Amino acid sequence: MKTITVRYFAMFREHAGVAEEPLSLEAETARDVFEFTRDRHGSTEPNGHCKVAINDHMADWDTPVSDGDTVLLFPPVAGG
Amino acid sequence: MIEVTETPIDTSALQRSLANHAAGGYCAFEGWVRNENEGQVVERLEYEAYEPLVIAEGEKVLAEAKERFPYLEARCVHRVGLLELGECAVWIGVASAHRDEAFKACRYMIDEIKVRLPIWKKEHYANGDSGWVNCERCAAHGIAD
Repeated sequence: MKTITVRYFAMFREHAGVAEEPLSLEAETARDVFEFTRDRHGSTEPNGHCKVAINDHMADWDTPVSDGDTVLLFPPVAGG
Repeated sequence: MIEVTETPIDTSALQRSLANHAAGGYCAFEGWVRNENEGQVVERLEYEAYEPLVIAEGEKVLAEAKERFPYLEARCVHRVGLLELGECAVWIGVASAHRDEAFKACRYMIDEIKVRLPIWKKEHYANGDSGWVNCERCAAHGIAD
């Protein structure tokens, strides 16, 4: 088990009802964290257009996560 | 330089800040709040950004643009918070020796900013509904994943 702090933004924050939460989970990659939170909060958003960052660095869904990491989940962006 | 601001964008001041006697051309792009999107009447927009990564990723975009289209000066400012119709949501300015680099760098920056920076836009509609752009719509249309 790893303890991961997950931060949610925009639509993800509204789905989760919190901006941030510590989670204990079995996760090897950022994708595992995304899927865990999707199931936990009932979001149907696929990860295809979403982005992820780990400890304030942009990451890929295959990037490994470590105990104590902060994972930032970004729903599809729409700047401009 | 890229910035995020909660206050209205002063485009004239930004233009003046790019002054450079080696520049023979200047090109700017302004993104404005529009009153319609996909058939819905939009009353205002709400922007949210994760500033640390907007800055980090935005600086990469500006550097990439400079590599491809060598310019002299460039700045970008993105608004966050609640914006009314007609307000400027994003401003990009580029000054270069010749016009071609300014046009192309400006275009490159806005295109990349729209798809790469952690900025989100919520539309508030005349019928009282609201929705995050690209989210539910993306999933509903099956264009994500």
